[in-house]
Order: sequence, then C-alpha cells, then structure tokens
Amino acid sequence: MPEYRGWDAEVARDVIASHGATEGPLLPILHDLQSIFGHVPREAVPLLADALNLSRAEVHGVITFYHDFRAEPAGRHVLKLCQAEACQSMGARDLAEHLRRRLDIGLHETTADGRITVEPVYCLGNCACAPAALADGQLVGRIDAKRLDRLVDAMEAGR
Amino acid sequence: MKVFVPRDAAAISVGADDVARAIQAEAAARGIELQLVRNGSRGLLWLEPFVEVETPSGRIGYGPVAAEDVPGLFAAGFAEGGDHALRHGRPEEIPYLARQQRLTFARCGITDPLSLDDYEAHDGLRGLRAALAMEPAAIVETVVASGLRGRGGAGFPTGIKWRTVLQAQADRKYIVCNADEGDSGTFADRMIMEGDPFLLVEGMIIAGIATGATKGFIYIRSEYPHAVAAMNAAIDIAYQRRVLGPSVLDSGKRFDLEVRVGAGAYICGEETSLLESLEGKRGMVRPKPPLPALKGLFGRPTVINNVLSLTSVPIILDKGAAFYAEYGTGRSRGTQPLQLAGNVKRGGLIEVAFGLTLRELIEEFGGGTASGRPFRAVQVGGPLGAYFPESLLDTPLDYESMAAKKGMLGHGGVVVFDDRVDLAVQARFAMEFCAIESCGKCTPCRIGSTRGAETIDKIIANRDTGGRELGRNLTLIEDLCETMLDGSLCALGGLTPYPVLSALTHFPDDFDRAPAPAQAAE
Repeated sequence: MPEYRGWDAEVARDVIASHGATEGPLLPILHDLQSIFGHVPREAVPLLADALNLSRAEVHGVITFYHDFRAEPAGRHVLKLCQAEACQSMGARDLAEHLRRRLDIGLHETTADGRITVEPVYCLGNCACAPAALADGQLVGRIDAKRLDRLVDAMEAGR
Repeated sequence: MKVFVPRDAAAISVGADDVARAIQAEAAARGIELQLVRNGSRGLLWLEPFVEVETPSGRIGYGPVAAEDVPGLFAAGFAEGGDHALRHGRPEEIPYLARQQRLTFARCGITDPLSLDDYEAHDGLRGLRAALAMEPAAIVETVVASGLRGRGGAGFPTGIKWRTVLQAQADRKYIVCNADEGDSGTFADRMIMEGDPFLLVEGMIIAGIATGATKGFIYIRSEYPHAVAAMNAAIDIAYQRRVLGPSVLDSGKRFDLEVRVGAGAYICGEETSLLESLEGKRGMVRPKPPLPALKGLFGRPTVINNVLSLTSVPIILDKGAAFYAEYGTGRSRGTQPLQLAGNVKRGGLIEVAFGLTLRELIEEFGGGTASGRPFRAVQVGGPLGAYFPESLLDTPLDYESMAAKKGMLGHGGVVVFDDRVDLAVQARFAMEFCAIESCGKCTPCRIGSTRGAETIDKIIANRDTGGRELGRNLTLIEDLCETMLDGSLCALGGLTPYPVLSALTHFPDDFDRAPAPAQAAE
C-alpha cells in the first residue's frame, strides 16, 4: 500500500520545475503529483496554470478528462476490477456483484471506513488469464470469488 | 543450471515471481548453482507460469508451475529436464508454437528482454544497420513494398504514411508510437514491449532515419506499468550503448526516444486524441485533415504507428520487402499477431500469416471454451468489433474478409464467449463503454452512446413481453447506429455500432425478435 503526504506547495512547485525541459509537460506533472499526494489537490491547479501559462479552466479540464486523475484521495487500498469483454466472458460481472455483497459498496465507491476503494477498469491486457484485477497496483489473473476474497482479506487485515 | 521464468505481466499475475523465488530457494537448498533469466512470455498463456530449463538437448518447458510445485520439480530431475506431470518438452515443438510463423515475436520468450547482447545475438539491430546504409527514400520504399499495413486497427499502409512525412518540410519531425492498447482481448503490444523492448526501439529509430525525424515518443497506457518499466530500462541501455542519442550506432544521425504514460482514457488510442494528450491537453479528437503526417505532434509532421507496425519494420529491413510480403493473403501481407482470450481453454499469442480462419484459431489453437460449455459468440477486434456466431467461424482473419462480413480485424484481439452470454447485454455494454470513453467532441458519439444504452435498456425490459414498444425501440436503435456510423468524427462513435448491429443481426433471439426474413414479412 503506497504512503502519501499531505499538501505541500513547495513540493508541488519543485515537481513542476523539474519538468522545465519536458515537451508537453502537463500529464507527466499530474502523474508525479498524484504519486506524491495520492490525488491531484485542487491547490495545485493555480500553480500549474501559472507555471505552464494555461488558464485554470484548461488545467481543470485536463485533470477531469482522464480517468486516472483523482480530485479527492481514494481509500487506503484500491481494488480495480476489470469489467471489459474478455473478463466479462469469464464472470467479471459476478465478481463485481460478489464484492458489492461483501463490502456493501458498488463500483466507484469507498467503504465507510475509508479502507477500500473499488473501481472498474477496462482492460489490463491480461485477457488470456481472465478475469483480472489490480490490487494496490499488483496485477492478478485467473481470479475467482475465493481469490478475490483473499485479496480483500489482506486489505482488511492491514491498516 | 539455467532457468527461465517469464517477467511478463500475465505470468506475474498468476504467480511467476513466487515461482522464481521458490526456484532460487530450492536451488540454494540443494547447493545447485542457478542462473535465473526473467525472459518474456512465449505466449502460451494458459501454461503460465511457464518455466524453462536449459539442457544439452535444448530448453525444456514446464507449466503451469505454482510455487508449491517447485520442490517436486527438482525431485523429478527438473534440472536435467526430467519427467513430470507439468513437463511439455521442447517449447518450439509444442503444436501451438510449432504452427506459428513468428516474425515480430521471433525472439519473445527466448531472450533476456533487457540484454542488448542477447538481442544482437538473435539477429537484433540487423534491420537498423541495413537502414543506416540506405537512403531514406529507399527505406520508405522498402516498407511500402512489404505491404505492411497499420496493425493498430485501421490497416492504413505504413510506408505511405512514412513517405508523406519524408516529403514534408519542417524544422522538426516526430515518430510517435501508439502503445495505448486499450481494446479488451488484446495484449500483443504489452507482450512485445515487455518481452523484446529493443525491437520497438529499433523500429522507431528506423522510422526516424527513414523520415528525417529525430525525436520519438512511446505513449503507453497507464494500465501497463510493467511495459513502461521495460521500455524505460531498454531505452536507458540503448543510450548507454549509443544505439540512441546524437549518433545512432556512430552513423552521425540523431535519434532520441522517450516514454510517456497515458492516464486511463481509451480514446487516446485514437491517433489525433493521442497527439493532443502528448501535448498535455484533453484527449479530444482532431478533425482530419490536416493529417498527422503533415501537422501532427506540436504541429509538426509526425509518423504515428502502432507498436506492432513499428516492431514489424526491423525484419523487413533485415530480410527485405519480398521476404515479408511472401506471408499473407490478398492485400493483407505479412503476419498478424492474434490474441486469443476470454472463455477459451488455451488463450495466448498466435502470430501467423494472414488467412487463418476464426474456427482454426478458436478450435485448433484454443481447444474450445474454458468452461467446457458450448461456444456461442466471438468478438473480434476489441470493444468496437463485431460479435460473430458459429456460422461465421470460417471467415479468414484478414482485413478484407472480416470487412466483407461487417466485422473488422482491428488490433487482432479475439474474445470467446460460451452459451451463457446475453448479446443484448453485450450490445448495451458497447454503448455504455462508448459513453464512458467518448471524448465528447461530436454529438453522435457523445449523445448517441447514452441514448443507445437507454434504448437497449428498454429493449431488455420489454423483450419478454414483446409488443409494439419492443419493435419501436429495435427500429430506433438501428437508426441510431446508422447515425453514429455515418456521423461520428472518429472510430469510437463510428464503430460502436459494429458490436450492436452484429448482435442484433446474428443473435436475434437475445432481443426477442424473429430472425430477419420473418420480420421483413411483417
């Protein structure tokens, strides 16, 4: 499970400055910010707009266009369950339903204790070992309800 | 003892790292000196983790190996290729591999992906060396003559794109590799980037030398962290060994290469949207013209090619256009790495000359469904590809034959479904997916996909009761599909009707309507 830090404008400014020579730097910067803070804090928007000579609306537009960038922190653990066709053919919809029953949350939701966020993902490129999931960034294949339960058990046993 | 355990993400997802650790521990406990190579995957994905051991009579493969199998393997004389229930003999003699014609994937699974020496010992860099001795126009014409067409899905002749960029005048030109492999059922780009990354580096340098571009970007989707790591590591090595940089292999010609990571937007697999994303913008589709070949990345002439197109180039330059063009059928020349996935017994990567039929692929390579239940449908070409029933399985997998049946080969992904699939639900998903991933630029895609999902919801709600409501919504969805087909700016909105209409045409039962001829009589 990754550890993230709280908002720090100096850190954000350093990240932006480190991309001074990058062509088309906005996406690389957003990835870096999210890897540090766990999401792209709204305080970063004016800094980005200022540094890259963009309007705040343009920066906001980019952040909200891409599924990866979060405006709010996710749960402490993130479970991404593939819901694309190859995984559907091997029971991915049933697995989402299994998770809903066990955790009492649907896709795009976080458990009330802030521990686990469940999200759909559309293809992890593991289609011959379907169904697939990404558990805290680790790719897992050939999952069934039992293996899914073990992943959730591990998340619940931790912090 | 030399052992190979794949580092491919699919292998890791089913325990390859644990197996590698178990082999190290067992070898240490037995006092055996171990050389562990983390190779790419052979593409026999149902056998992953597929472990190979080097013996005097060649490499011997075992799979699928779990960590707990490792002590038993050693006890069975695994180090000498001893007999065991998981033993498959020499990998190249396994029929699944023996039947293939591997040109692009020739090295994948055999070499250490991050050893440039290994790469060169297996014919690597020969294409680049040949290209460096040629005039740019001659390189371009070689690619044209090979008949190579874009492997991303559209099938546009690669050499023609290159010719346009070569002839364009500009202060800077770019090579962009589209590695935003978002189609469900596809993983060939991922496998080759993880299993033979220098091949993509080589292909992109050749593209640069051929067109006068000095900078390349590889845009890899964020869902592929292993591929990102492999490409970055390969690029670092290539710079150290002066394969990349100010003087490629001491030729005096410059080529720089950089990896960029996407951010979870399927639409960025569309080439103009990808260029917008590389520039740091929302991935909104650009109208064409201007063509990216003339006004592409940062407004400069840009070659934008799929991973599989660029990785086909080195062998064309090495062995010649005629060698490559000998493979294939009709206007589909060369080989196509097909990806067999979903509910199938033996899923994997199958590189063959164009012309294999769907039935040969699913039945002979795939061995039927994984569940053992009857086959019902296959979707070819990703989420925008058509669903085919059993009666269309004799269709050859090439661009023209697929188009003739109102389908498409796309990026070569083939997803098998058993008899539990509900094609009305799949058709709804196609619309829903389009709604989730639409960039929003054009109305047929942005609004049509949402209305389409709603309309199919009504069909599903009414299909058991029948009646006028059902008939009206079926007419509506067909009209809507026509609008999206004709009126969308790019392939997302323009091809989403393929899975929907094919489901309606070939699986009318799932929509509770009579087959087409009977309906015409109404």
